[in-house]
Amino acid sequence: MNFAPILPELILTIGAIVLMMVAAFMGKRGSNLCSWASVALLLGAVATLGGEPQHAGALFGGQLVADGFSAFGKLIIYLCAAVAIVMAHNWFERDFEHAAEYPVLILLSAVGMSVMVSATSLVTLYVGLELQSLSAYVLASYRRTDDRSAEAGLKYFVLGALASGILLYGISLLYGFTGTTQFEGVAAAFTRDGTTSIGLLFGLVFLLAGLAFKISAVPFHMWTPDVYEGAPTPVTAFFASAPKVAAVLLGVRVCLDALGPAMDAWRQIMTFAALASIFLGAIAAYGQTNIKRLLAYSSINNVGFALIGLVAGGPQGASSVLFYMAVYVVMTLGAFLCVQRMKGEDGEYIESIDSLAGLSQTRPGLAFALAIFMFSLAGIPPMFGFWPKLMVFNAAVTEGLIALAVAGILGTVIGAYYYLRIVKVMYFDAPAGQPYARGGNALETAMIFLFALIVSPLGYLLIGPLGELTGRAAGSIF
Amino acid sequence: MIAVLAFYLFATLTIASAVAVIFARNPVHSVLWLIMAFFNAAGLMLLLGAEFIAMLLVIVYVGAVAVLFLFIVMMLNIDFAALRSGFSKNLPFGLIIALVLLAEMVVAVSAWKAGPVTGGVQPAATTQPNIEALGELLYSRFLFPFEIAGLILLVAMIGAIVLTHRSRGDARGQKVWRQVDRRPDEAIKLEQPKVGEGVKL
Repeated sequence: MNFAPILPELILTIGAIVLMMVAAFMGKRGSNLCSWASVALLLGAVATLGGEPQHAGALFGGQLVADGFSAFGKLIIYLCAAVAIVMAHNWFERDFEHAAEYPVLILLSAVGMSVMVSATSLVTLYVGLELQSLSAYVLASYRRTDDRSAEAGLKYFVLGALASGILLYGISLLYGFTGTTQFEGVAAAFTRDGTTSIGLLFGLVFLLAGLAFKISAVPFHMWTPDVYEGAPTPVTAFFASAPKVAAVLLGVRVCLDALGPAMDAWRQIMTFAALASIFLGAIAAYGQTNIKRLLAYSSINNVGFALIGLVAGGPQGASSVLFYMAVYVVMTLGAFLCVQRMKGEDGEYIESIDSLAGLSQTRPGLAFALAIFMFSLAGIPPMFGFWPKLMVFNAAVTEGLIALAVAGILGTVIGAYYYLRIVKVMYFDAPAGQPYARGGNALETAMIFLFALIVSPLGYLLIGPLGELTGRAAGSIF
Repeated sequence: MIAVLAFYLFATLTIASAVAVIFARNPVHSVLWLIMAFFNAAGLMLLLGAEFIAMLLVIVYVGAVAVLFLFIVMMLNIDFAALRSGFSKNLPFGLIIALVLLAEMVVAVSAWKAGPVTGGVQPAATTQPNIEALGELLYSRFLFPFEIAGLILLVAMIGAIVLTHRSRGDARGQKVWRQVDRRPDEAIKLEQPKVGEGVKL
């Protein structure tokens, strides 16, 4: 057996186990070592992604695959995980007891996510998803002394277990009616029986419902605002980026590969989920006063746009989804990095939107960066966030789904209101309350600067290379 | 002949202990009867040639689930008299559930008479014992998911420790270096006690 194609997973798994021992024996003193070693491991895993073995095709008798699509997913996931570790390093500074185990859990979660994006069998899909989710439940309640964090973890766990059950039920139905767990076998069964088989249809619906929970698409989004609000900010940033990318990519592979012949059946479901996510994400965000809750609704909203690309289908649609997710994580991580700077003089983190009032006068740099992220999330043209939205709508129009594209654009306009409200609060309201504490980690400042640069109009320079990368990645699943 | 006798033995004991689960007044006895029922059900599975499920019943249900039940019943000190007091209030609801279950059983029996559901593929007939067949699959085709399942259990352990463990100031840890540093001459004292004097410590 040649293990080169799963080298990134091996690096992360073995590294995580070694660091677990370091954390167990060194305790709090090991937290520095664990954090930086984990970042190094993730970057090492990224470095292996360019190699030839990462396009080796089916592995382990078709349980998973190493292709351009999975390599692209892993690239984004590992980078997001590294950012989440760096963010947390600062957050947990205040004598936190189990800070050393945090990077270990993130690493194991990253292994689960890389299994998700490379799964070509329902069994592998499920174990990957479970590995990611279980780590996420623990991470959500990481500040166990904080009631909100504990509540977030519990809520996430109970609803996540329910979603897992639904997903597993769908998988068992599909297995029962097709006799195989391989994606290609499922696709063959759909080609043979079509969606006339009620068992297959039920399996499809349950499978998609389980996946919709993981990407927090409406109507399975209820957990998102509470969990995002309660979880520690670095963990929320992690939830909004890497697992979401992994689950969306998994959904793309499942829909276009395993359920490809049943496109008419899932298209209706995904169209509803996409439009409902866009509109609910845009409208429900109006009344929010907590910035983390607002960003949670923003993530629901964004997933809706990515799903429009999926509904369009085909290589163009798939590549637009990949492009969308790549730009989305940069915007959302940047926004969360700014949120982490909202910290009072006493070291307490502040999350209310009102406290941002007049930020442009007290902290012009931070206000400018956050404004760039908000404009970009709203998809306002000079910013780079406009381009992926354009690609997604373009894919939909090419497929003749003009009504869907028009509805999506309407949703963008509604959604722009709450992003711009934050800009208005920062730039046009008088400063109120105590200003934020100055200073902060230099590395985080550098990241905010870099991410702001990427989503600024300068990001258009990336369209060429990124477009080529996503095009090739999407091409590999057809 | 022996198989038929064994079947009736296991079946009767399963039903008898299941009845005893309901009628036992002491909840601890109920759980013990439940364990008895699980064992006999495992025997039935063995007769069917499903050794793996038989083992699973014993290991998972008896070994883990039932023992957990027993712990909960004994440790939580639930007042079962208070639980029973709402009997007449909950009776209509209970009756509805009982009726639904009865209807399902009738449907199940009639569906069973109509013949088995065929889901496309029939399992291949083989003389290989099913534990061996499962083991072979787990370590060949499903090796990768199997290993990931191991990682999931590792995450569960780390999670349980991270979320519940507190380092306490008054804990007395093991001091390995002191144990290793100890020399025989300071640990052992050889004495030659005289008759009637005893040892001075």
